[in-house]
This record gives sequence, structure tokens and C-alpha cells, in this order.
Amino acid sequence: MTNVLVVAELAQGKSRKTTLSAVAFAKTVTEATGGSFDILAIGADAESAAEELTGFGAGKVLTAEIEGDYICESYAPTVAEVAKEYGVVVACASTFGKDLMPRVATKIGAGVASDISKVSVEGDELHYTRPMYAGNVFGTMKVTTDIQVVTVRQSEFEPAAPSGGSSSVESVDVVDADCEGKIESLGIEVVESERPDLGEADVVVSGGRSLKSAENFENVLEPLVDALGAAMGASRAAVDAGYVPNELQVGQTGKVVAPKLYVAVGISGAIQHLAGMKGSKVIVAINKDKEAPIAQVADYFLVADLFDAVPAMTEAVKKAKAAG
Amino acid sequence: MKVLVPIKRVADPANANKVKVAGSEVSHDGLEWVMNPFDEWSLEAALRLTEDASAKTRTGEIVVVSIGPKAAVDTLREAMGKGAERGVLVDGEDTALDSNVVAQILAKVVEKEQPDLVLMGKQSADGDSNIAGTKLAELLGWPVINYASHIETSDDGKTLTIKRELDVGVQTLKVQGPAVITCSDRILKPGTIKNGVTPADFEYPDLGDLNSRLSNLKNIMAARKKPLDELGLGDLGVEPVRVDEYVGFELPAGRSGQAQFLESVDELVQKLQSEAKVL
Ligand SMILES: Cc1cc2nc3c(=O)[nH]c(=O)nc-3n(C[C@H](O)[C@H](O)[C@H](O)COP(=O)(O)OP(=O)(O)OC[C@H]3O[C@@H](n4cnc5c(N)ncnc54)[C@H](O)[C@@H]3O)c2cc1C
Ligand SMILES: Nc1ncnc2c1ncn2[C@@H]1O[C@H](COP(=O)(O)O)[C@@H](O)[C@H]1O
Repeated sequence: MTNVLVVAELAQGKSRKTTLSAVAFAKTVTEATGGSFDILAIGADAESAAEELTGFGAGKVLTAEIEGDYICESYAPTVAEVAKEYGVVVACASTFGKDLMPRVATKIGAGVASDISKVSVEGDELHYTRPMYAGNVFGTMKVTTDIQVVTVRQSEFEPAAPSGGSSSVESVDVVDADCEGKIESLGIEVVESERPDLGEADVVVSGGRSLKSAENFENVLEPLVDALGAAMGASRAAVDAGYVPNELQVGQTGKVVAPKLYVAVGISGAIQHLAGMKGSKVIVAINKDKEAPIAQVADYFLVADLFDAVPAMTEAVKKAKAAG
Repeated sequence: MKVLVPIKRVADPANANKVKVAGSEVSHDGLEWVMNPFDEWSLEAALRLTEDASAKTRTGEIVVVSIGPKAAVDTLREAMGKGAERGVLVDGEDTALDSNVVAQILAKVVEKEQPDLVLMGKQSADGDSNIAGTKLAELLGWPVINYASHIETSDDGKTLTIKRELDVGVQTLKVQGPAVITCSDRILKPGTIKNGVTPADFEYPDLGDLNSRLSNLKNIMAARKKPLDELGLGDLGVEPVRVDEYVGFELPAGRSGQAQFLESVDELVQKLQSEAKVL
């Protein structure tokens, strides 16, 4: 029997969708081992966020109200204190989970299985499978400490659906922050977008260096993104050039996505980019170079100049959608 | 300012698709060992923090440290060829290390070296764990700033203003050193590092697809004479404990089928609709 603690990720007083990937992990583990799971909502407005999380089958939703922006040093002591009662502590492998959980783990002497794509129960052990070498090898490992800390890859853990019922809500004591006075957040610049979030979208359209400017992202790529109701992504080269903000980077150092449809526009398909999208169901490449490595993973490869093909595709998609 | 830069050598990540699985191990026969690119970024960032780039003088000290077999000396010499002052090699077998072991050893090296900052990669390009930096910070009781894209130091070098990249946006932090910082891809963009010495209008050359500055023959020769300590775990007084165990490795299932090359947009859209059924 393994009891699991899910650490919820909050933003603007709400739970982010990433939390539900961690809940999905908790359900898999507790259903297989006969344990139960609780959710810890920690941060500003934890109490209101907790309400949203009571319908997912958790025993309890715990709340820890901490004012101000997230920093690892202010959350980790409380999470570690709560974690002591569980066998496994899990969060999503977003920048939140990857930043917070190793600190929590160190406090409770735990090992970390990071960015896992799969969990399986083998006898009384949990085995975690995780992508390594930018997704070119999958390693299966176990954590040998009493408490195990895990972060799960959002694209591989389908968000848990509400399962009815109503968990009780309880607040926990907040433990003093680490490094008091040594680290302080001056603010988080949030980039608002009307489009679906990269991690959650069914369709992702990404642009590369070849778009050449922020204006072209806006005037050439965005109409296609919107015609497809997609999230917009980008290669690192496009982000580095300042065409789009860093949150849009797909790849080993950016976000990992696995939508139903991924359209790579003028992206060569470097190994580090593939690491972030090759799990997509259908991959389309639009590239004028037939030899570009993106061909290794593409299902459909349109050999064309993007500046002709993308506007034409936008029109064709609109027509096709209108015809239903 | 004294900066400690931990560096791992890894099998060339640009050819990671050539990595094989042999029995219960990963094999990278035929791949070159290179400096972990994530660590190269932090090395370059550390160099920029500790120099007057316009006068071309070093104003601080960088100690590079690697845990690995004897051959990892080459990686340390390479880093010294780019400008780091000293190297420390801690004896360790690549396969006996996990991020927990690495963090424990690095904590001892930090105690010994007393740097003002540790600048490291957010992840190793082989294991992709993204753990050691934060674990190290907790062992030291220091703040950690992961995914830094901008670092600005106060005049006395003690206070840092750091921007870091999160999934939800960019966070600005004020930090009192010493601290552990891991770097994002953007750390080497123009104007991201301000050390109060290099003139604000100085522009570093664009690195293009390089992960750090090149070193010339003269520097490489000079690097051979720079001090390099080789330490065993006994010298550091640490018996690190491993907390994970790999039970097997597999190559990912390839994608089924080959790319269909198409020439027309209409054909593509039609196939997406009726064949792939994604529209
Ligand atoms: C440690 C490390 C981590 C990295 N992490 C990431 C990551 O997370 N994500 C990522 O994306 N990259 C990452 N990279 C960078 C990666 O190696 C590549 O440099 C980058 O992905 C290239 O971006 P690109 O495909 O846009 O540009 P390029 O490689 O320059 O490719 C441009 C492509 O556009 C095509 N093209 C040009 N003009 C047109 C046109 N008019 N019409 C149609 N096609 C055209 C070209 O044929 C070419 O294939 C990382 C690198 C390192 C070292
Ligand atoms: N063997 C090693 N020697 C020196 N530094 C290391 C070693 N392994 C990991 N590191 C450092 O820890 C960072 C994060 O590693 P990881 O947790 O393994 O992804 C790397 O980018 C390096 O800076």
C-alpha cells in the first residue's frame, strides 16, 4: 500500500492543469497498491484553489497559505514537513515541480525520479520510466529511499478527470522559509495569451528561425495557428532571436508536447527540438529542404517555401473547417 | 568574485540518436566525450561575470570541478583553455554517480573552496535529471535560482538581481550570495550579464551555434600549466549515498512509417482531413 501526496501547482489563485497530471499519477499508483492520496495546495489563495481540487478522489485536500510569488525556498520546508507522512510525493515536471521537488527531497533524505513518462508497480516496488539523452533512451529506475519524490511529464500523464465525491479540506501549518532575507521575488511577468496552453493543446504549430522576424510570426504564422485553434510553439533559434517569448520553446530545454497534430514550420528538427515533440500523434513538416532531419519523424512533409505555403494552408484549413 | 563551475563530460549530445543499449547498460561507443552543453553555458556566463571584457582582463576567479574518471581532465583543461583559473577533478566512475551523489560531493568541494557563487547547468545532457543544482543548494543552506536568463551584480558583488524563465513567465529575484544558479539557454544573449566592470555598452560577439567561447592555441598551452587538483572521496571526507537504481534501458519505439513527401497544400490539408483525421 502506497500513500501519495500530490503537490498542486497554483497560479493566480487557481490550480494549473499540470496538477491533474500529477493526480493521474497518484491515481495509478494508489489504485494498483491499494493506498490513498491527498493533495497539497500551497501558495497564495491556496484555500480557494483547494475548492477546485476536491472532486478528484483525494482523501484530503490540504492547504498552506503562503503570500507572495512562488519561490522554492519558501515552499519547500512546508512541503517537506507534510511529505513525511507519505510514501511518494509527486508534482508535475513543470518548471515549478523541477525547481521545488529536489529541495523537498533533500530535506527528507529522499531520492528523486524526475520527469518520468511512466510508472509501473512491480511486486512491492515502483518502477519509473524516464526519457534520457533528449528522449533517445528510456531508462527504468527505482528510488531506494523510504520516501520517494517524483515529477511527471505532463504530456505523458493524461490529466485526471473529476471523479465526483468531495475531499475534506484541512489547513496545515506553514513552516518558516529557508534562506530568509537572502532571496526575494520582485515579481513574475506573466505573458497572457488567448490561445490554448502549449502543454494542453490538441494542435501545436511551431515556427523556426526561418520565419525571420516577430512580425512574420504574427502575420504569417499566427493566422494558421488560429485557423487550427492551436497553441503556438517555436524552436530555440526563434526564441533566442527574440521573435517569440521563451515560454513558447519546444524541446529538451523548453516544453515537451504530444498533441494530436504538430506542425513544424521552417524548423530543421535538431535532436533537441525533436526531444520536445516526437511523441506527437501526427507530425507535419513544412520545409523547403527535403533533407532536413525533421523528415525522420514527420508523417507528412510539405516541400515548400513557408511564405507561400503557410498563407495557402491557412485558407485551405478555414475552407475545410467551414465545410465541416 | 570567486565562482565554482561544476562540469560533467557527456557523450556528444548532438549525436544522442546514436546511443545504443547493450544488455543492461547504455552504450555510446563511437561518440566523442564533450563538455555538457548546459555546463558550457554556465562556464561562459561565469567567464563574463569575472572579467572586464573590454579591457580583456580577468577580474575574478573561476574554479571548474568535475567528478569523473581520470579522462575528465581533458574537459577541465578545455574549460581552463577558455579562461577558468583552476581545476579540481574528483575521482568517480560515471556509472556510480547520480544527482544525489554529485550534490553531496559538490557540497564538500564548496566547503573547501568557499566560492561566492556556484554556476551550473540545469541538467546533464545524458541523464536529463535537472536535480543536482537544487540538491546542492539545500545541502549548503543556500538559495537556488534555476533557469537564470539574466544576472546582474551589485558593485560589491554580494547582491544579485536575477531573471529566470518559468513556464508561466519571467521571474525577477533579488538574491544575497552565496547562491547556486543554474542557467537557461538565454543566459548568453546580449546584455544578459552585468558585472559592473565590463562597460554596459560592450557587446559580446554572437556565439551562433557555439555553447561557449572558443579558446585559441595560446590559451590551450597556458591551460596546461594551470593548477589542477585531483582528489579522492577520502580527501573530501565524504561517503556519498546513491538513492536510485536503474533496472534497465530501452530505445524508444521508432515512429511507424516514413514521411510522405507532398508538393501541394491542398493535398496536405486533404490528407490531414481524410487520412490522418486530425482536422
Ligand atoms: C543543450 C542544447 C539544448 C537545446 N534545446 C533546444 C530546445 O529545447 N528546442 C529547440 O528547438 N532547440 C534547442 N536547441 C537548439 C537546436 O540544436 C537547434 O539549433 C535549433 O532547434 C534550430 O532551430 P531552427 O530549426 O528554427 O533553425 P535551423 O536549424 O536554422 O533550421 C531552419 C530550417 O528552416 C528551413 N527553411 C529556411 N527557410 C525556409 C523557408 N522560406 N520555407 C521553408 N523552410 C525554410 C531550413 O531548410 C531549415 O531546415 C538546443 C541546443 C543545445 C546545444
Ligand atoms: N559528474 C559531474 N561532475 C561535475 N558536475 C556535475 C556532474 N554531474 C552533474 N553535474 C552538475 O550538475 C548539473 C545538473 O545535473 P543533473 O542533476 O545530473 O541533471 C550539471 O549540469 C552539472 O553542472
